[in-house]
Order: sequence, then C-alpha cells, then structure tokens
Amino acid sequence: MTHPLLVVEQVHKAYATNPVLRGIDLTLDKHEVVALIGASGSGKSTLLRCVNGLESIDAGRIVLGGTVEVSALDADLDVVRRRVGIVFQSFNLFPHMNVLDNITLAPRKVLGQQRAAAEITARDLLDRFGLADKAFGYPDRLSGGQQQRVAIVRALAMDPELMLFDEITSALDPQLVGEVLDVVRELSESGMTILMATHEMAFARDVAHRVCFLDGGVVLEQGTAEQVFDHPRQDRTRDFLARTRGR
Amino acid sequence: MTPVTPDVGSPYVDPVRRDLMHRKARRDVLVASASLVAFVVVAVVFVSTAPGWPTVQELFFSGESFSASIGEVLSAFWLNVRIFLIAEPAILVLALAIALVRGTSAPVMFPLRVIAAIYTDIFRGIPTILLVLLLGFGVPALNSDGITNEPLVWGTVALVLSYSAYVAEVFRAGIESVHPSQRSAARSLGLSASQTSRYVVLPQAIRRVVPPLLNDFISLQKDTALVSVIGPIEALRQAQIDSSFTFNFTPYVCAALLFIALTVPMTRFADWLNARAAKQRNAGGSA
Repeated sequence: MTHPLLVVEQVHKAYATNPVLRGIDLTLDKHEVVALIGASGSGKSTLLRCVNGLESIDAGRIVLGGTVEVSALDADLDVVRRRVGIVFQSFNLFPHMNVLDNITLAPRKVLGQQRAAAEITARDLLDRFGLADKAFGYPDRLSGGQQQRVAIVRALAMDPELMLFDEITSALDPQLVGEVLDVVRELSESGMTILMATHEMAFARDVAHRVCFLDGGVVLEQGTAEQVFDHPRQDRTRDFLARTRGR
Repeated sequence: MTPVTPDVGSPYVDPVRRDLMHRKARRDVLVASASLVAFVVVAVVFVSTAPGWPTVQELFFSGESFSASIGEVLSAFWLNVRIFLIAEPAILVLALAIALVRGTSAPVMFPLRVIAAIYTDIFRGIPTILLVLLLGFGVPALNSDGITNEPLVWGTVALVLSYSAYVAEVFRAGIESVHPSQRSAARSLGLSASQTSRYVVLPQAIRRVVPPLLNDFISLQKDTALVSVIGPIEALRQAQIDSSFTFNFTPYVCAALLFIALTVPMTRFADWLNARAAKQRNAGGSA
C-alpha cells in the first residue's frame, strides 16, 4: 500500500477574524491532476499557499509523501518547498535576472548544482516548452504568456514531485491563455502530479482527473469532471456552474 | 481633393500643423530668451547700484586675494576629499548592516534589532555638528591608552555615525519597496530567508535606492566641512585662516567654488540616474 502524495485533513485557516478555510479535506495520489474550482474568495489560493508552507494553518494537518508534516510548527519548509513547486497568477519572475538565471538560481543555491549542469537542465526545459530563444532575455521583454511559461520552467527545474498552479492564466490576455494551458496539459500527460486552482472550466474538464468545488471554506463536492460539471449534486455547485457558463 | 496617404514607415504630419508647431516653438524660444535677459539686467542693476557694492566687490571678489589663497585652500580641500572617500564606504557597509538587522524576524536577533533601532533614533536625532563636537572633545578627555586623540579621526567617525543612521533608513525603504510576492516566489523555490535577501531582494532594493543614496553623498561632501570645528585644517578652516590674515572674505568664495566643483558633477550624475530609472519604469510598466 503506497501513501497518497498529499493528504489535507480538516484544515482551518483564518486571516485575522475572517475564516477562509473551514475544515478542508483533500487527498492527492501520485500522477493525479486535481482542479480546484470555486468563486473568488472560496479559499483556493489560500489552500495552495498552505500546502507550500507560504501560509501557516490554524488547525488540521497537511502531510506530504506520507511522512513529512508540512503543517508541523517545526517543519523544515525549505525541504517541503524543494519537493513542491508553485506557480502564481502574477508570474513573479525576478526582474533583475535573465530567464536562464531565473531558472538556475534555486537549483544552484538550494540543490548545490554546478552552473553548467543547471544550465543544461534549464535549456532542455526551455527547449521543451518553445522558449529556447528567450534564455538571455529579461522578464520585462517577454509577453505574459512567455513569462508564465518561464515561471513554470523555473518551478520544474527543481524537479518537484507535486506542482501547484494558482490561477496561472487569470492575469493573461485571452489570446495568451492557450500557450500556458498547453504546457500544463503536457505536464499532466507526462505524469506530473498537479493541484491547480482555475477559472478555466473547459480546461479543467479536459485535463483534470478529479474536480473539487470549494465553497465556504470546505470541499463541498468532488468527483470526476463529468460528475461535477454534468451532474452536480449540490445546489451551490449548480449555481456556481450556471454563473460561469460560457467559459 | 484626394487625401494624402503616407507611405508605410514614414510618419505623416499635416504640413499646416507642422508649420504652426514650428512657429510656436520659435516664439517660445524668443520669450524665454527675452525673459532671461530682462532678469539678468534687473539683477545686475540692483546689485551694482547698491550703496555697498564696491565694498562687497573688494571684500568677496578680490582677484588679488583669490590668486593668493586659492592654492592653499585647494590643498586643504584635498583633506575634505579624503574624509569623504574614507567615510563613504564605511557608511554604506554600516548602513546596510543596520538595515538588514532591522529587517530580520528571528527571535535570537531581538537584541540586535533593538540596538539598531536605538542607534538610528539617536544618531539621526543629534545635529551632525554637535556629534562632531561631542566625539572630538569627549573621546580625548577619556585619556584612554590605545585610543587615538586625533580630531580628524573622531570627526570622520561622527560623520559616519550620523550618515549611516540616515542611509540605513534609505536602504530599509528600498528593501520594503520590493513586492512581497518576490519573496514568496523565492521562498517557494526552497531558497532560505538569507538567500532570498541576498539574491532576490537586495539586488532589486539597491538598484532602487541609488539615486537617493547619491543625494545623501552630495550632502556628505559638503558636511566634511563640519570636521573643521574640532581643529583639522580643511578647506573651510584654511579659508577662515587666510581671511583673518588679510581681512578679506574672498578665500571663503574660493572654498565655495571648490565644493561646487565637486558636487555639481555628482548632482548631474544623480539626475541622470533618476531620469534613466524613470524611463525604465515606464518602459517596463506593462506587467
């Protein structure tokens, strides 16, 4: 019996007196692609930030790989973050470094790789995602779609076991969304374990093995894309889907 | 009449409009020149018709006194330059250390954080000239072995203490101006807090504070003259000595000209950097 890669158990999280997560339960197996959907403010981003240890939780447990308790007060978060990559809505590339340095910084400083080795990995990844000619470009010279693909490559260069995508296409012009989603699709096909918060319902239906609907700080409903999108059991889910129809 | 279609690549400007624009530009230049001439004439007439002008001319702008003292004042000015060159790197290092300490959050660092905060409060609160006097006369009064009584040293130390408190705040503002999402991104890649500071936050922060830092250094160049109150003979002191021998104030004007000669290029450099930074911000404005 192998452990699930990620277990989230009864997680609670409030900002000041405003509760955002109110008892989240979620399990992710290796190679699984799970989409988190739900209205703005339903806690999707907060959950992802908690899994990566960027936010501390108030109650519950988050366990990675069956052994590492991310939520422990004395957890070594640097170790957790080496295994869990995250890509943000706003790219967050380092503006003072070129693309290659953005990608190789963490492998060199955190994993202790030699510059040459790190650059070979980086160039392979850039090549794979159609960014080979951008290696020496600076972030402000790239389109939003290119910046976001570089951000994905930067996270991948750490060879994570789990990738978290936090609404990575929400800040993009519509015509640039496709190129970023193609990258996610390719990653899911290559067996990467992915937990993504998204507003792209069509994409979630297409790629996710499982869809979780977050509402009021809990996972209100989950199942295959077909179950959740075509036969939602909860009224709240039906309402939400009706409001996002056409996406 | 068929509309004129511009060929691709060359911008099209309406010839009537261009003519009007040129005419307006010529008129603007004319008005500016006339205004300048009028201003200069009024100023010159006002000053030169003042009853005391011949006396002022003799006391402050005497060519004879100028050529007699410029050599001595210039060689004394070399001391100002040396004080500046030694104080500046020391200020940068100390200020950055204070800013970094104040930005830490580890519980062990608490005492250092308190010391850094008190340091900034005290040395920013005392007038620099007072600090020069306190150190320059206070430390030699201790009569301690192994500590120099050299006023030049303590004057420079006073400048370093005072300016590093200011510059630390400039650094701190720069560090805080880097968006928290940059820190999140770095930490999420597994970089430690200190690696995040060193490779991600500081390089961006320092680039942003270069113009205000230059401004503080222009100010420091002038404040090297404060060291004169405890004895060292730098440009201002030398000018004072010369003028008290000849009862003529022209040596002060010599000293003023030397300070200007040093600060103006640096001011222009700071302006240029500011303009360049503004241009870059506008160019990279689309996120």
